[in-house]
Amino acid sequence: MRGDDRQQHLFDKPRNVTLLFRIFYSACAILLALDLVLHRHAAHAWERLPGFYALFGFVACVTLVLIAKQLRRLLKRPEDYYDVDE
Amino acid sequence: MWMSELPPFIPFLVAALLALLTRGWLRAAIMLATPVLGGLHLWLDVAPGTTLTTGVLEFELVPMRADRLSLLFGYLFHIAAFISVIFALHVRDTLQHVAGLLYAGSALGAVFAGDLITLFIFWELLALSSVLLIWARRSARSTRAGIRYLLFQVTSGLLLLAGALVHYRQTGTLTFDYIGLEGPGGWLIFLAFGIKCAFPLLHNWLTDAYPESTPTGTVFLSAFTTKTAVYALARGYPGTDLLLYIGTVMTCFPIFYAVIENDLRRVLAYSMINQLGFMVCGIGIGTALALNGAVAHAFNDVIFKGLLFMSMGAVLYRTGSSKGSDLGGMYKSMPKTALLCIVGAASISAFPLFSGFVSKSLVMSAMLGEGHNVLWLMLLFASAGVFHHAGIKIPYFAFFAHDAGIRTAEAPRNMLLAMGLAAFLCIFIGSQPQYLYALLPWEVDYWPYTTTHVLAQMQLLFFAALAFVWLNKQGIYPPELHAVNIDAEWLYRRLLPAGGRLVHGALQRSMHVLSGVRQFYRRHVISAYCRTTLADYHLEGSWPTGNMVLWIAVVLGSYLLLDTVF
Repeated sequence: MRGDDRQQHLFDKPRNVTLLFRIFYSACAILLALDLVLHRHAAHAWERLPGFYALFGFVACVTLVLIAKQLRRLLKRPEDYYDVDE
Repeated sequence: MWMSELPPFIPFLVAALLALLTRGWLRAAIMLATPVLGGLHLWLDVAPGTTLTTGVLEFELVPMRADRLSLLFGYLFHIAAFISVIFALHVRDTLQHVAGLLYAGSALGAVFAGDLITLFIFWELLALSSVLLIWARRSARSTRAGIRYLLFQVTSGLLLLAGALVHYRQTGTLTFDYIGLEGPGGWLIFLAFGIKCAFPLLHNWLTDAYPESTPTGTVFLSAFTTKTAVYALARGYPGTDLLLYIGTVMTCFPIFYAVIENDLRRVLAYSMINQLGFMVCGIGIGTALALNGAVAHAFNDVIFKGLLFMSMGAVLYRTGSSKGSDLGGMYKSMPKTALLCIVGAASISAFPLFSGFVSKSLVMSAMLGEGHNVLWLMLLFASAGVFHHAGIKIPYFAFFAHDAGIRTAEAPRNMLLAMGLAAFLCIFIGSQPQYLYALLPWEVDYWPYTTTHVLAQMQLLFFAALAFVWLNKQGIYPPELHAVNIDAEWLYRRLLPAGGRLVHGALQRSMHVLSGVRQFYRRHVISAYCRTTLADYHLEGSWPTGNMVLWIAVVLGSYLLLDTVF
């Protein structure tokens, strides 16, 4: 599309990517800090642990990906797996 | 405006017929006007409590029963049909246009059906009209996937019919209200709904067929079939405990597949099962809050899942592929599509101010409120997982990641308009939930925007994203590969054919043995017989007559046998 290859795009500049990550990390830190400042109306005992949701979100996703990686070793087949005999 | 008892499916069936006969701008005008006028009619003229009854034979059929539950799905299906029609406006294919309208009409017929026979008729019409959208891809793969899809859907319809008849024998009524699992009829209907709702092990028709449809066909497909099933479950089986466990499994297992799946439209199909799981859980809890959550989530899911399928459809339309391994860096060519896709991704991930947040929280609160702590934790795990595979993976691998070097044009204007409309609704419902809440069937006293809730959700999502960033930087995140992952469909796509071949082989071998026996018989027994004097007898000389005599004897003998047995 109109010689776009030579055009610099938003995330082609490492500076922009670094900036994005800095904003993201600060947002994570602020959210965690807010947990200590704001009073939360927890409906359940687990929720009262400081940083429960943050920790849960992180651990859940790492677990998800690690299990999925192992599952892939078990489940992965060539792309034409079902096409062969049908 | 019009008579309020006009069943909402009729305008769509008429429009489908007119679309068959017209071309060009006239057909486009008819297709656009139908959902708008039909929706306005439903909104302005049809009050809850409107019913239309007709007698057929000794049965009383109810082709139109409007209450707050069916009306909500009625509004939703008109919105979905309107957006899908705009998205498909550039397509020059009579089959897809007609099938799309018929399909939307069938879904409307099903949600307004007041009795099980009417429901069955539209249930089967849904199957027959939607398979045309899969076959419209016109590839060998889509043809085969369509046949498998149709087998599941028709089986669901037959189970519904059988269940309805058994239910009628048991209770003496065909009215479609609470059914429950009390009798065999209830179980049959439950299974019929379960197939259409993609219960675990019955789910592969969805992940198999939806990604094989056309870029525009999948958008139609994602809106109607499964949401009709959610409606049917909400009416027939609210508060059924079994649904709690089925729903929880539905939220959890597809996210593992979604992480390792390469075809991004199949990732969306898996994430659709995950979202359906939240609705099924809500129905299983059965309180007013939870049921409201289930139907509100169905409402929002149609719009944000439609938006995501539209964005991937636009990419497929422009590049010819929707596979993560082929794509990357598409934001450079399709920045608007990328932005709209991110809105859909934020909505499905339930970011505050986006639509998923205001409906999923109803189900989550109800789950915790009813004391299902472990199930709640699993739903929370699934919520983090949704963000991971649908919220981040879809936009990241399609539009960002490493640049695959594909340069193409932005999506056509009609596609952008349809996606823009859906994105607007996602943000509007997310930030102004009171309008959706006012439409919900049961009284609701719930407000999602509390500090506690917003903070908890933001922490969950940001740290889920942090996990993605960390895994990616460490190189642990599984790369997108050209591969398929075996699922329950393996049973009928590999095991069953292999079993069939085994039986076929065994049959062939036994036929071989039999033919050996026959040769032996011919060579030795017949020749021995011919050497005897009996060989001169009449029966052998005139074969047809002898044969006839023999068979008459057999027939008479079996008559005698049957007579003594019965």
